[in-house]
Amino acid sequence: MMLVVSAFVLWAGLWALNIILARRLSEQHARIAVPVIFGLTLVLVVELMVRGLNVSFVILPKPSEMVVRLFTSYEMLWEDFAQTILKGALTGYIVGCGAALMVAFLASWSDFLRRGLLPLGNFVAALPVVGLAPIMVMWFGFGWESKAAIVVSMCFFPMLVNCVQGLAATNAIERDLFKTYAASPVQQLGLLRLPAAMPFVLNGLKVCTPLALIGAIVAEFFGSPSVGMGFRIKTSVGSLSLDLVWAEIIVAAIAGTGFFGLLLIIERSLTFWHPSQRR
Amino acid sequence: MSVVTAEGLSLTFPGDVQALKGVNLSIDAGEFVSFIGPSGCGKTTFLRVVADLEKPTGGEVRVTGLSPEEARMKRAYGYVFQQPGLLPWRTVEGNVRLPLALMGQDRRTADQRVASVLKMVELDGFGNKYPWQLSGGMQQRASIARALAFDAELLLMDEPFGALDEIVRDRLNDQLLDLWRSTQKTVLFVTHSIPEAVYLSTKIVVMSPRPGRIAKVIDNPLPSDRPLEVRESTEFLSVASDVRNALREGMH
Repeated sequence: MMLVVSAFVLWAGLWALNIILARRLSEQHARIAVPVIFGLTLVLVVELMVRGLNVSFVILPKPSEMVVRLFTSYEMLWEDFAQTILKGALTGYIVGCGAALMVAFLASWSDFLRRGLLPLGNFVAALPVVGLAPIMVMWFGFGWESKAAIVVSMCFFPMLVNCVQGLAATNAIERDLFKTYAASPVQQLGLLRLPAAMPFVLNGLKVCTPLALIGAIVAEFFGSPSVGMGFRIKTSVGSLSLDLVWAEIIVAAIAGTGFFGLLLIIERSLTFWHPSQRR
Repeated sequence: MSVVTAEGLSLTFPGDVQALKGVNLSIDAGEFVSFIGPSGCGKTTFLRVVADLEKPTGGEVRVTGLSPEEARMKRAYGYVFQQPGLLPWRTVEGNVRLPLALMGQDRRTADQRVASVLKMVELDGFGNKYPWQLSGGMQQRASIARALAFDAELLLMDEPFGALDEIVRDRLNDQLLDLWRSTQKTVLFVTHSIPEAVYLSTKIVVMSPRPGRIAKVIDNPLPSDRPLEVRESTEFLSVASDVRNALREGMH
């Protein structure tokens, strides 16, 4: 009981601290300090509640146990990370998004392709492509290749829809301007349509990031070699090693957040001129 | 020597909208010709035909002795649009350099040229700014610099100052006159404003709508050296009243 009460006291205390910090610190420091303290509060409160209420290990391991697992099993976690994120998700992400960009180029020149592909793209983007996972495993085997294939199919159409919109995102004056300069189609693409498309391209990349993570992890539930984050989650649940399951989830969350953050930095530097990014 | 000639020029848009009908006009080198008239009189369309942005459905147009398409491919004209149309991801300098880069001019010559036209429109010192960091008037001046960058003998301007306030407009008109006198370019200038047309032009083409046609061509007797005060002179007012009358007659 003491632990539960102290959890509430801690919550109130750190909340008050955050309010004070948010007022006193410069905006730049507060932007980092406040969420960090908020996150720590949450972890500590969960730790105290789990201890105080004697929550079963199977329902929710103590955060401290998860962290311990993160360090003791880091080699295995790294191998799983390499297998699922670097090989499966990243390969599929690059191939899927790259292919979508290429097809978008073709579609921007061919009215036929655009009219045919876009409605189809919107339809397929709405499909739960994860459902294809067992089929992809049958086609491409148990290795990371089948996971990459699923990620490709999940990323392709959302990215395509964004890229096609982006390549069409020029206004009449800009197109007329390039016409008055007798610019070649390649010049028009490189100097007008591609830069104008960048906000859309980056938006597509951002949309595809969580899709790639989900696809690569879930696909391993349907068959994989004895390595990989999805595989580990599935087998560890079976052996009630819930601390390992949570450790894998934490790794996935860190990977996803890190990659997304990277994209935000790229977006800021490439599309600084867009009204949504101007300072 | 005629820089632009039109003979029996007609353009009918799909849906049987007659934008231009039987337009005959000849513009000599070094002239400053204003096109004035109510909306729908085809003045912008005429400019776009000269620029090969629209294809006529009848008659003939010659631009610097060539067909409009040949003239466009030879980059015979600079075009200034109603909006600045500057690319937001390029600096002012980058925007002005754009036509030079497209034409494959080497970097050093281009840089010199960019610097000199930015000076001409009094934007030196703003080359590193992005268009969205500038006021509307400065953006439009940058777009004029861009049209001047490759030194085409013909300048086509489609209501370039239409969106600007009167004070900025007066100033830009003054600068444009200086520019025209110093560069000896031929200018085709579309406007809604009678004072602007009279102040700037050597020749005023009054157009009337439905179908778009030329109502009257008025030669401007004002001397080429025109301080802003010229607009209070009796000569100026009499030309302005000629234009106004021609516009009124054209409406019938």
